[in-house]
Formats: sequence, C-alpha cells, structure tokens
Amino acid sequence: MPTEQSVTSEELLLASREVAPGLRQIELSVPGMHCGACIARVERVLSGLPAVERARANLSTRRVSVAWHGDKPPALAEALDDAGFESHLHDAASEATDGTLGRLVRALAVAGFAAGNIMMLSVAVWSGADAESRDLFHWLSAAIALPCLAYSGRVFFASAWQALRRGRTNMDVPISIGVLLAFGMSLYETIHHGPHAYFDAATSLLFFLLIGRTLDHVMRERARTAVEGLARLAPRGASVLQADGSQRYLPVEEIRPGMAVLLAAGDRVPVDGRIVDGRSEIDGSLVSGESVPRPVVAGDRLQAGVLNLGGPLTVEATAAARDSFLAEMTRMMETAEAGRTAYRRIADRAARFYAPAIHVTAFATFVGWMILTGDAHRAITVAIAVLIITCPCALGLAVPMVQVVAARRLFESGIMVKDGGALERLAEADHVVFDKTGTLTGGVPQLVDADGIAPGSLAVAAAMASRSRHPYSRAIAAEGLRRQSPAVALADISEQPGAGLKARAGDKVYRLGRAEWALPTAEDGRPGVVLSEEGRLLCRFSFADGLRAGAEEAIAALKAKGMPVEIVSGDHREPVHRVASSLDVPCLAGVPPAAKVARIAVLAATGRKVLMVGDGLNDTPALAAAHVSMAPASAADIGRNAADIVFLRDDLRAVPQAIEIAREARGLVRQNLLLAVAYNVLAVPIAVLGQVTPLVAAIAMSASSIMVVANALRLGWRPKRGDRATPSGHDDLAALRPAVGAGR
Amino acid sequence: MRDFYYLIPIALVLGVAGLLVFLWSLRNGQYEDLDGAAERILLDDDVPLKEPGKLKD
Repeated sequence: MPTEQSVTSEELLLASREVAPGLRQIELSVPGMHCGACIARVERVLSGLPAVERARANLSTRRVSVAWHGDKPPALAEALDDAGFESHLHDAASEATDGTLGRLVRALAVAGFAAGNIMMLSVAVWSGADAESRDLFHWLSAAIALPCLAYSGRVFFASAWQALRRGRTNMDVPISIGVLLAFGMSLYETIHHGPHAYFDAATSLLFFLLIGRTLDHVMRERARTAVEGLARLAPRGASVLQADGSQRYLPVEEIRPGMAVLLAAGDRVPVDGRIVDGRSEIDGSLVSGESVPRPVVAGDRLQAGVLNLGGPLTVEATAAARDSFLAEMTRMMETAEAGRTAYRRIADRAARFYAPAIHVTAFATFVGWMILTGDAHRAITVAIAVLIITCPCALGLAVPMVQVVAARRLFESGIMVKDGGALERLAEADHVVFDKTGTLTGGVPQLVDADGIAPGSLAVAAAMASRSRHPYSRAIAAEGLRRQSPAVALADISEQPGAGLKARAGDKVYRLGRAEWALPTAEDGRPGVVLSEEGRLLCRFSFADGLRAGAEEAIAALKAKGMPVEIVSGDHREPVHRVASSLDVPCLAGVPPAAKVARIAVLAATGRKVLMVGDGLNDTPALAAAHVSMAPASAADIGRNAADIVFLRDDLRAVPQAIEIAREARGLVRQNLLLAVAYNVLAVPIAVLGQVTPLVAAIAMSASSIMVVANALRLGWRPKRGDRATPSGHDDLAALRPAVGAGR
Repeated sequence: MRDFYYLIPIALVLGVAGLLVFLWSLRNGQYEDLDGAAERILLDDDVPLKEPGKLKD
C-alpha cells in the first residue's frame, strides 16, 4: 500500500526477540534488495547504527536480520529508508515452519548415499562375483540399507501408518510394504547365502521417491516464502491515550473496549471502534470493497482494518481484537473451510485402486506358485518380487514431477501456487467469481477525462496534490507528472482533513477538495472534487477506479474457455454495474461477506467448481469456501494466506494463464499415470512368472522413472508463448528461492 | 586378488565423509542464501568489522 507507514520503533520492539541477555534480534523484510551492492549497502547502513551488534542480509529471502544491544531499538527502518530501501516487519510467528523440507533433504542425502554405494556393490554381484564375495557384498549392502531404511524410510512409513490407522490407504502404503518386504526377503536370502538380494531396489526406490517428494516441498516452500515476503497489513499495535494524558504503544491484543486509540494519517484501524475526535476520510477498499474514500466525523463507527487517509483521529475501541471484524472474518473463513468437501489428490485417488490391485496380484501369485510347485520359499520369493516390481516408483514421481514443473512455469510469470493440490483443483474449475475492488480494478482511483482539464488548472492542482497522500491527490499528481505540468510556486499549503487542500500562489488562494468546502458560495451545489480560485470554480475532477491491467483480456480469455464469469462485490451498486457492463459480465453488488460464501455454496450445489478471485478481508471467507482461490499480491494478509494461488504482477491475465497451465499439467499427469500403468502391465507378467532378478528390477524401475520425469519436463520445454504476461526480468522471482536450511 | 577387501572400506569411508560434510553444511546454513553467496564474492570486505578481533558471531 502506498500510504502505509513504515515500521515504528514500538513495533520493532514488539516483533523482536531476545537472543542473549541484552541482545535483541529482529528480521526485517527488505523487498528492494536485488544485488550484491544492495546487500553491502543494507548491511553497512545498519551496522553503522549505534548499538547494532550485527546485520546480516539474505538475498534469497530478501530479509535482513539485525541484532542490537539495549531495550530501545535503533532507527532501523529510518536508516533503511534513507538508503532507499523500504522495509517491513517479518512476522516471526509465521516463521515457525515445521522444518519438513530440511528433514526431507537430509533423508534424500542419506538415501542417495545408500543407493549409490549399494548399487556399486550390486553391479559387482551381477557381473559374476564368486559366491564368497557375493555373500560379503550382500552383508555390506544390508549394513548400509538398514540405517538408510530406518532414517529415510521414516518419511513413508509414518505417513503410511497414519493412513492405515484411519482405515484409509495412500500411495505410501504400497511403497512401505514393498520396501520393507524387499529388505526382509533380501536379509533372509543373505543369511541363507541366496543368490538374489534386492537391497539396491529398496534403497533406490526410496531415493527416487524422495526426489519427487522433496521437489514438491521445495515448490511449496518457495511459494510460501514469496507470499510471506509481501507487506503485512494488520497493525501490530497502536498508540493508546492513557488516563494521565500520556501515550503508550500497546500490542493489538491488549487493546480493550473503552480505550482511546490515536490514529495518524496512514494508520490502519487496529480494532473496531467509534470516532470520538477528529475528522478524516477512510479507505475501506480492502475491508468492505468500497472503492470511494468515505468522509468520517466524530461519532462514526470504524471497522478494524480500514485505512485512515486524512487527519489524526481519536478512536474509542468498541471491541477487543478477538471480537473485531478481522477476527470475525477469520472465524467465518474457518467455518467455510470446514464446510468445503475435502479434496483427495489425484495420487491418493489412484492409490486407492492401485494398492489393492497389486496386493491381490502378489497374493494370487503366491497361491498360484504354492499350488503349482508346493515350494513355500519359492512362492514367497516370487510374490515379493511382484511387489517390488510394482512398487509405485514411477507412480510416486508421476504427479509431483509434473506439478513441480508446472509450478516453476507459473512462478516465472509471478504466480505462486501454494501446493500441488491447488493446481489439480484449478484445472477442474469451471466457474469464476471475481471480486471487484482491488481485483478487477486497481483499487486506486484514477482521473477520468483528464485531457479535458486546462493545463493551467492542472498545474496548480498537481502542485497542490503532490503534498498530500490522499488517493485523489495522488491521482491528480500522477496526471500532472504524466502531462509534465510546469511547477507552480505555492505557499501556505494546509490540508483540511475530510475537506481538501488549501494553498496560496501569488496573491490568489486556491482550494482543491470537496465542492461544498472549496466553493462555499456556489449556487451550483453539485458534489465532487473541484479546484477553486478565490472561491470561483476553475475545474472539476472526476475519478473512477480503473480496471486492472489485462482485465478485459482476462475475462475474454475465460469466456473463450467456456467458463461463466461473474462479479460479486461488496461495493455500491453504481460502480459495480459500471465495471460489470464494461466487461459484459453479470454482477451482484452490495454483497456482505456471508452472502459471498452463500453465493459460492449455491454455485457449488449446482455442481459448479468455483474459482474465487478476490483480495479484500470481506472476500476471505469466500476464498476459503471456493473450490480453488486466487488473490493478487496486494490483497489483505489473511486473504493472501487463505488463497491457494497468489499472483505477484498487476496483470489479471495471470488468471487464465494459471488455468491453462494447470489444465496442461492435468493432461501430463494423466499421461504419466497411464505410462506407469503401462509399465506395470508389461512388468507384472514377467514378475508373476518368476523371471525377475534384482538386475531386471533395477533396470525396469529406473527406466520407468526416467520416462515419467522426461514426460513431465515437456511442460517446461515447450516454447514460450507470445501472450505471456510481461516478462519483467527476474525481480519477482529472485525473492523466491527457498532456503533449504536445517534450522528453518 | 583380495585387494578389494580394503578398497571397499576406503570407498565407503570416503562416501560417508562426503555425506557427513553435506549434512554439516546443511545444518550450518550454507544453503540459506544461495543468491547472496553468489553476490558476496564480488564485495570488497575491506571495511573493518565493527569489533576487530571478534570475527566470529
């Protein structure tokens, strides 16, 4: 948000943690760091501050970690600001990751080591080692495989056990059974000096599957890091007026109803409240979807999350944070999420058929060999070989590989997919519901009919407007810049909250603001924003919330795909209808959050799979309720967290593009599953006939895995299309490489 | 002919050493900032650290 204030020192203190006695540390997100020079500069600027012990920048995550001595934080944000870097607090709470990625990478390393070394020994056995050496190699392999299974195999065993305990099955169940039986049988063979041991199969299976699983996590982690790097919205605390007239900065959770909260221009309202003093204008676009700033005076009620644009306000809290609008939205979101039918991922659905099928086949093989030969050892060996050969190595890679490649491609276009399931659900979506303010539109007012304004008037207006942070002022100032209006010398500039700007140029007094205020004597009582000279009308300005870039193309592309599109907005009827008619889509206006959820429920009840695209707090429950959801990077924090997919660039064409890639990925996933099944159709008869040796198993398993991976890569290798969203370099990408740290 | 009896342990020990080094580097945070590391080699670290003699964190 352009009007957002930078971090205050009270907030810094609240967000920091004590790492050693007298030493506090904080993580700041600095999205503007791009290069080595930036790192050096950030670190130099921060280290130069008194009391700062150390500052270490991380270019991958665009964060800097600063440690300082004493209770009072140094002016970190101001120092960075002076150096030209915007900074945000990094929320330490969201940093509490489970460290799954680190565990997976370690498991992968161990499995890779074991698979490589056992394969080396196995090749020696296959090339005809004598019986004595073979036994030795088998024992060595067993010694390497056992710790590998215990360490790397846990990932699968734990998940399989959990599924089984709940009476379900997933892909990890056949994997675990296959790996454990392969190891058990090989150990038995080794003890009895048998010729065939499958230690290499067991460990390379784990290795291949862990590659798929790790990539899946890397993708998720990367999206998560990117989404977290965006600026936070919810205020962390606010200045509260004490009984003795002093001010104290309190965390939001400690603000009780009845307390008097002081809000400066540019602050967000921390809890629901009522204005007791001051007048201003508020921007509720992220909260209610209203696109026009609303003037407020003493006595008006404010919802938590709205932005104070004008003058300072004193607000009496009417609710604690946990009863505020934001908390209410969170509760509605949770209800909506619980109501959504649980989505079963493609791989799990495939496993539901696959696992029983291979287990029945293996059992039938055992029975068949028992009847035919009566040799129990032979029958068990063959049955286990069937399990090993059908162990879903390719199947385990089939889905994640495609999704990783697809996520990577979306990522290059600035679209973050939070998990693979979201990609699958996006491919299924057949109905799109858009929010208006901030989603279809930019959420920022723009001048309408700007070319009709006389250059002289515009020059004065732009010069005045450049002194204010009001969205209308920004729009006028931007227009002045665009038309390169000459500078006008102004004096005595003052801003009247809720009214406008007043200034003197030469001996004339100009007012830019509400018509009632700027034209006190005008007989023409039309409201709106005007520029007046000595109380006489110079020109009128009208504003509209402009469409987001690519909105028309995006809607057209969605319609071309045969997906019905509709607008469901919390804004007033008139602006919603204007946008809807310009895009030629049906709309619902003035919809409260609960009704948005209800609308999605109605659509879902008729069998539609709804894609919800929204950004506001009021959209959050709907985002959670929809089959799949997208949010722009400018969305409210909780909306961004609720959405399955976040797009970083302004261009709305990200929506059809994401759908297209998701559908392409779905096609490739199906192909891959078919490939895996085809491989089984070929391999199972050989296994049932007892012809599978460890060598055959190793070749078959590697070949099928490589085939599936190669097929997945086709998605990435396809020539880049001309209609891709603007290729704006690597800026939004670079923030996104995840840190594969053990400690994280 | 039985040369490999001691070659195999050597190979395994070397492999284990590699694995341990990798695990150590992971824990040590060597992969925390791959982009930053690539850029940092270009920086001139001529600026003395704030507390000379205290090179370690």
